Formats: sequence, C-alpha cells, structure tokens
Amino acid sequence: MMWNPRIETMPLDQIKEMQRVQLKKLVNNLYSFNKFYHDRMRAANVSPLDINTLEDIQKLPFMYKQDLRDNYPDKMFTVDKSEIVRYHMSSGTSGKPTCVAYTRNDLDYWTEALARSLTAAGLTADDTLQVAYGYGLFTGGLGLHYGAEKIGATVLPAGTGNTQRQLEMMQDLGCTAIACTPSYLTHLITTAKQMGIDWKRDMNLKKCILGAEPWSETMRAKFEAETGAKCIDIYGTSEQAGPMFCECEAQHGPHICPDIMYVEILDPETGEVLEPGNKGELVCTMLKKEAMPMIRYKMKDITTLHEEPCECGRTSPRIERITGRSDDMLIIRGINVFPSQIEYTLMRIPQVGDQYMINVSREGDLDQMIIQVEIKPEAFSDKLEEMQMLRAFIETELKKYLNIAVTVELKAPGELPRFDGKAKRVIDTRVF
Amino acid sequence: MNANIITQLSIFVNNAPGSLAKTAKVLEECGINMKACNLAESTEFGILRAIVDNPDEAIAKLQAKNIIVKKTDIIGVRIADVPGALFGASQALGVAGINIEYGYAFTGKNVQGLFMRVDSPEKAIDALTKAGLELVKAAEI
Ligand SMILES: [Zn+2]
Repeated sequence: MMWNPRIETMPLDQIKEMQRVQLKKLVNNLYSFNKFYHDRMRAANVSPLDINTLEDIQKLPFMYKQDLRDNYPDKMFTVDKSEIVRYHMSSGTSGKPTCVAYTRNDLDYWTEALARSLTAAGLTADDTLQVAYGYGLFTGGLGLHYGAEKIGATVLPAGTGNTQRQLEMMQDLGCTAIACTPSYLTHLITTAKQMGIDWKRDMNLKKCILGAEPWSETMRAKFEAETGAKCIDIYGTSEQAGPMFCECEAQHGPHICPDIMYVEILDPETGEVLEPGNKGELVCTMLKKEAMPMIRYKMKDITTLHEEPCECGRTSPRIERITGRSDDMLIIRGINVFPSQIEYTLMRIPQVGDQYMINVSREGDLDQMIIQVEIKPEAFSDKLEEMQMLRAFIETELKKYLNIAVTVELKAPGELPRFDGKAKRVIDTRVF
Repeated sequence: MNANIITQLSIFVNNAPGSLAKTAKVLEECGINMKACNLAESTEFGILRAIVDNPDEAIAKLQAKNIIVKKTDIIGVRIADVPGALFGASQALGVAGINIEYGYAFTGKNVQGLFMRVDSPEKAIDALTKAGLELVKAAEI
C-alpha cells in the first residue's frame, strides 16, 4: 500500500527535475522577499541566477542550529504572523531555546509526509496507534497524531508517563501500533513483565514506530523478539517539522519524501558532497517550507543516502539509521571514530553493562583512547585470568569495528557516572 | 554440604587509588568480619578474595551496595610450613588430575593453612585425604 504512489514511485530523473524546479522557486522567493536569506545569499555572493542545476545548491551557504539560537524567537520566520498557525519549541541541550513556526501548508506537508510514512510502515485505517511521544512543545506527539488520523487510523493520544495505565489501555483497546522512543519501549517491556503480562499472548501489537533517540539493529532484534511486533525507525527533527520519515516494512532505512526534502551527504572532514552510498554528514533542504525555510541545514547526523529503488517498490530515496553525530566525531591517530560506533560494539557484548566512558588523551605524540566499561555482575569471575580474557575480548571486538587499538578498563556496576539528561561519555583532554 | 568445603567471597575491586579502601569501608559498614583475605591484581582491576562469617548474609548486604560479589567453593589444607605443604598438596592434586586455579596462605587464630581454588573441590578433598594431608574445616577458621 502506498499513500501517494505518484511521488513514491516516481523515476529518479523525474524526482531530480521536480527538486530542481522547486529549489529554483524557493531560492528566488527567499532572495526577493526575505531579508535574512537575501543578506545571507549576498554575503555568499550568490543570486537566484546562479541556481540552475540541482548541484548549484552547493553554492548556497550552510545553516546551523546556532542560527536558530541566534535568531530566537522569530527573526528567521519568513511569513506574516497572521499566517503562522503553530509553534513548537525545544529547550536545547546546550542552553538557548529554539522556536519553530508552521503555516497551515507546513502542517499539511508534515502530515502528508507522515501519512506516506505510516502507510509505508504498514498502518491502515484498521489500526489503532498509541502515540506515546510527548504532546506539547515537543513535535513527536502532535506530528504522529495528525499523520495517523490522516490515514484514518484510530489514535490513542497517550502521551508519556503512567506506564502501567499505558499497558492496560494497550490491552483493553487492542492497540496494534505504538509510537514512542526506544528507551520508553524498553521501559514498557520491563513493566509489562513486572505486571505479569505475557506480551505476545496478551497484546495485539504489530508495529512499533521508534525514534527521537539513537537505537541499533541489536535493539531492534531484541524488541522484535520480546514483543513479536515489527520495529520501524522514524527520522525527523523539529527543524524539518518533526518526526517525518519512516522505514517501509522492508526495514531498509527511512524513506524520505523527495518533494519535501532534498538530501546531501558531506564528507565530515573535507565538507565535499559525497555520492550516494557513502557515509557522511546529513544536510537537508526543505523544499516546501513557508514559515521557516531550511536551506542546506547541517543536521550533524551521520548517515548514508541510498537512491536505488527499494524492494517495497518505492523509488523515494532512503537514509540509513543515524549512526552518529558529526559534532561528536573523534579523530584518533588520524582515524574517524564515532562514539556511537563504540556504543554499538559494546552493547552487542553480553557481559557488558549499560554504562561506559571514553577517555581520550595524548601520550607524547600519540593519541590514547581508554574505554571504561561496566561489566554485568554475572560476568564476574573470581579468576583473574578469565577477567583478563574478557577485557582482551572487548578490546578485540572494538578494534575490529573501529580499526584502531584501544585500551579497555573493566569497572564494577555503579562505578561510572550516570547522566540524567544528555550523556557526556567522552572526555577528551588532548590539546590541539 | 561437605564440612571441608569453605565458602569464599570474590569481590571485584577497581584498581584506582582508594578503591580497595572504599571496598574495605563498605565491608566495615556492613559489619562483615573478614577472617582471611587475599588480593589478586592486574593493572586496572583486582579481585579481593575473602572468608567471612555468614557468607550469604554478607553477599546480600554487598549486593545491596552495588558491589560485584560471587560465592566460590574452595578448600584449605593445614600446614606446618608453607613450601613443604604446597609441594605435598600440589603433587597429590596433580596425580589425581585436578587443577589448582589459585591458592593463598592464611594464618587464623587456631589454624594455619593454604586455601586453594580447584576445579573439583570434592575430588580434591578425597585426593588430599588419601595423601595423608589434613584439611581445614569451615568451622575452624
Ligand atoms: Zn521501502
């Protein structure tokens, strides 16, 4: 089933032509009617006349999260106040808040994207979706809510918290799908066990739409084994509108909507635009946004773009699961290392607990990386030799994945710091 | 349970400065009396092996404090002098095909001996008894 087969199966060359026309129109509008973008383009010495091919987008300057902070609350809005129908806000992990605004059309495109996405994930009017994302300033709740209503699915606007009640409602109403963060699903599974619920017997859940936090294929396998439901990755941040793009049932990474967003992938070091199939930093241009356009916005997420048609029949390009943040990237002895790669490797080792720290220092001229990991109590042996073997095994696994030698230190549970908000697991004491 | 089998607590200790002191403080706070102990260290962690009163109660208390602790069955041989006894015991066990994982000497109020972690405590007890060595009973420590 497809929500918008015309766009979703459009041949790639037609997609690119559609994007080219849309880009030209967007640039022309902003240059002509908006001071913020006009000044930016003038500063970068480009005018709409320079934008003819899709590749010409590379002449335009990048936008950053800092732009949203600096222009808080409304200096980047490009429409009259009377056209704005909604705000969403993010508190921002690093201090200053950001505010995003939507016109009626912006909300409609957001909803359209989610209607396509949820249909791709296999949801129909027969489904009941429990939206367990936050409703309110956070984009997750309302975004999924309107998207699901659009396809005629029944929405249970559960919001966050009150986990026991969520599980009772899920059983009572026979919810067939849930949208929440991966960590909340973990919490639901644990609580269900404590309540004596046999998930596969007592629940009717077929799909879990998971996003807003990084998660892994290992977690997917675990969730699917525990719940019997198919777990679908969803991507999107408030700069794009909110959560927007879901994987299809083939689970090959979220399909993006090419009429709504244009994707570039950059080499995080050189800034050079990479060919599809290469891993790099995601840069998004929102082709249809009115209240708050985003041109070449650096998401700082690391992913790979795939343009070949998907086995589901869609030609809409896909991005891979986000594997890291470019601003977290460490260069160790000349090799790019993403803390998320380290996390991914560690979490696949059964003896390793949930907490770890990455310490980077410089010994003489050589970068040194020490990874401290908490081990699970059951992995502990009274034999020193076995503990040393475990340590060596973790080092070997990390080396296989990161391509550099690291030192691992084993720690007891509770020894490493816990984080309430955003975890700060990297301590880099090198002086550059 | 065989009266010759002794319960040892193995406690994971970080090898950071003050870690052992911290563990020792927790043991004290929990009112755990160590009758014998031994520390095995590598560069970045150590394993504290201890014989205590009421091991099950001690484990519960330590786990409540988030300490990694494990119960291990070990055996003890009475000795007059360490090198001689070590030779006698290891020869008897070697003949019986039993591996000694590690061992350490201890001196208690009533008894002096050598604790050993072996892969098969019951068989080791038989082999040592047959070789004429005297075993330490849990109650004697
Ligand atoms: Zn697909």
